[in-house]
Amino acid sequence: MSDTRTPNSALKIGVYVCHCGSNIAGTVDVHAITEYAACLPDVAVAREYKYMCSDPGQELIRQDISAHGLNRIVVASCSPLMHEPTFRGALLKAGINPYLLQMVNIREHVSWVHTNKLEATAKAKDLVRAAVRRVRLHKPLEKRKVAINPNVLVVGGGIAGIHAALNIANSGKHVYLVERQPTIGGHMAYFDKTFPTLDCAACILTPKMTAVGSHPNITLWTYAEVAVVEGYVGNYKVKVRHKPRYILEELCIGCQECVEACVYKEGRWADEFNMGLSKRKPIYLPFPQAVPQKVLIDPDACIEFKSHKCKKTCVEVCGERRAIDFNQKQWFDEIEVGSIIVCTGFKTFDARRNVYYGYGRHKNVYTALEVERLINASGPSGGNIVLRDGTQPRMVGIIHCVGSRDHNTNRWCSKVCCMYSLKLAHLIRERTSAEVYNFYIDMRTPGKGYEEFYDRLLDEGVHFVRGRVAEVTDWPAHPSEEGKLIIRAEDTLAGFVRRIPVDMVVLSVGLEPQADARDVRRLLNISCSEEGWFLERHPKLAPVSTFTDGVFIAGACQGPKDIPDCVAQAGAAAAEAMALADAKYVELEPYTAHVLEESCSGCKTCLTICPYSAISFIQETKTARVNEVVCKGCGTCAATCPSASIQQNVFEDGEIFEEVEGLLAYA
Amino acid sequence: MLNAAKFDKESHAVPETAEPRIVGFFCTWCTYLAADLAGTSRIKYQPNVRVVRVMCSGRIDPQFVLDAFAHGADGVLIGGCHPGDCHYQQGNYNCLRRALLLSRLLQQMGIEEERFRVEWISAAEGERVREVIDDMVAKLRKLGPLQMNRPLAPEISSAQEPAFEEVTI
Repeated sequence: MSDTRTPNSALKIGVYVCHCGSNIAGTVDVHAITEYAACLPDVAVAREYKYMCSDPGQELIRQDISAHGLNRIVVASCSPLMHEPTFRGALLKAGINPYLLQMVNIREHVSWVHTNKLEATAKAKDLVRAAVRRVRLHKPLEKRKVAINPNVLVVGGGIAGIHAALNIANSGKHVYLVERQPTIGGHMAYFDKTFPTLDCAACILTPKMTAVGSHPNITLWTYAEVAVVEGYVGNYKVKVRHKPRYILEELCIGCQECVEACVYKEGRWADEFNMGLSKRKPIYLPFPQAVPQKVLIDPDACIEFKSHKCKKTCVEVCGERRAIDFNQKQWFDEIEVGSIIVCTGFKTFDARRNVYYGYGRHKNVYTALEVERLINASGPSGGNIVLRDGTQPRMVGIIHCVGSRDHNTNRWCSKVCCMYSLKLAHLIRERTSAEVYNFYIDMRTPGKGYEEFYDRLLDEGVHFVRGRVAEVTDWPAHPSEEGKLIIRAEDTLAGFVRRIPVDMVVLSVGLEPQADARDVRRLLNISCSEEGWFLERHPKLAPVSTFTDGVFIAGACQGPKDIPDCVAQAGAAAAEAMALADAKYVELEPYTAHVLEESCSGCKTCLTICPYSAISFIQETKTARVNEVVCKGCGTCAATCPSASIQQNVFEDGEIFEEVEGLLAYA
Repeated sequence: MLNAAKFDKESHAVPETAEPRIVGFFCTWCTYLAADLAGTSRIKYQPNVRVVRVMCSGRIDPQFVLDAFAHGADGVLIGGCHPGDCHYQQGNYNCLRRALLLSRLLQQMGIEEERFRVEWISAAEGERVREVIDDMVAKLRKLGPLQMNRPLAPEISSAQEPAFEEVTI
């Protein structure tokens, strides 16, 4: 290796320093850096510009390349994860290899995190110097092209998953929709009405569910989970685990005669779909509009599973159809898809965690989701809002922000609770004429028609008390409070503490990431925010993409969202997946490793360390060889090789040594 | 590769009032992203770390660390994904194994253990970037510039297990 610091007449480096408006120039002396860079060996051109990523900025690079014959480019601007592809594109347009570029991150790593201009400028100089030294060793590289499988996997069959699946299926591509519940529909299926238009939720959701169930381009797998994901963008291999329903789906016609015939004449087990407010039998259909219309058996409840002594009246009545199979075991399906859309949704906050609201202790404290079921015409009470003793409430208190905007539980605003609380207030008042009190911190009603809905409720005579509720108690302080639940809250507008006796308390529980979001994240190799929501590639410019190419996210798994936002995101994710599929092939970064055969001693150390088994031993030459199609470009083998005979493109040993030494060389 | 001939004493002379200089090796998927997040969140931290981006912490050859120390770094910080979260399945475990061995070697060379640190920082932990960097800078300020030619401290030269608290699984 020659000393790369001696000037090399063949190298002409261009250095471009970005102001990024005042984002960089506000903290870093951009002019000083440009002047400094101009003095570094082999630098032919050094320029500063207000916005390097803009068209004139890129044009600057292109012009200099043709005018000065530049053959190495350093751009000091934002994170390479942000604009490296942009500037590589500029190099390509100017006719030089895009990998002759080195980015310097002087925004996220310098100007935004430091305040002292001298220190920040010194750091930026070090980084630029290192990049100039490193870029000299860059080699021209070509991207690898691989074909894309047009099939798409959608994980989660809530409204987002349904919408994404239908969009893609309608474009003629095949979709696998995997849902872990026995039916699709997600949370939206629980609701009676949607805010603010008071549309009937079932009327807008169930046609879409049916469309999914009958679409020729959709393979719908319910009661199934994604077990293994392997491969890379365009070529994912997915293993799906089917949980046993003990019903042969292809034979069941959904007549529900077996449910009628079950030896249990009445339901005995908490009905999950009704939040335990009603009972179901061991063999059941999740809810009347379920898609697919297939029953399932709960093995923990069914006598046959416990004692094998059941009369099996269900099998008798199923008769010739023979759809019931008590010996069914889980099974796996393996599919190949080009992209994956994750729509795994949310779970609601467990109200038991806020003990002072008495959920689970006081029988007439409900969560909002339970009240949704009570209000629903196909719910446990047929749409009558009744207390546990069957009477109608005359006073109802709705407590906002339970498990939201609370430093003891979840700090985020769950976005939908204010609006659904208003919806519940309206429906309760409409159906029972009860006095409804809303206890809120702030009313958050941004959205089309949302503020107007709030205004409408103010006119309807719903009461609003501004202040966080301290506790819900059944301990009366006055004879008039006897037998009631008393809500104690500070009314911060009136300036005193109020006690309001009510018959029914509704807790507006917030939204949380799914309990197993972190497992799903590992399965798909995507990131989570600290709270557990899936992390998008860029909050504004790539809201449905992830850092793993070919994996997209949509709906409330990315953060609390209402139905319109979920549907919009699902449409966006579907468009991304379709664009990928229609491109027919994808270009992969050439960060792969390769073996230098002349120095490889054939020690086979790299063979065991590669997590993808991409390295094999060639008997004839007694050397290792990397299969570039399988290599994912982590570079672990390059770090492991005792004789430095494996090199990783773009991250070669020499390049990193040069960068390290450049960082540490005093100017 | 480490090349003693390239080591240029003049340009690496340490000024008297030197602030600690730390070279960071951050993996693209977790710690580099966390540092980007610290930026977008405008979290302020000490300007002593210069980051080299690698695809995976498993790419970090112990020679990179030695090279940094040889060329005047007062500290080296490795940042990778949390155990079990590696984008490439197990690169961070390979990194950890090397780091444990390397830490012992560095101490035998007279490089204090505080000067070499491995941290697992996920893409969501921008605040953690600040904590780790500020903490490391404070410790290195106390230690002063790296002096490799000092005699070995007796407790290091004796066969003793190095305490390596930062790395936990």
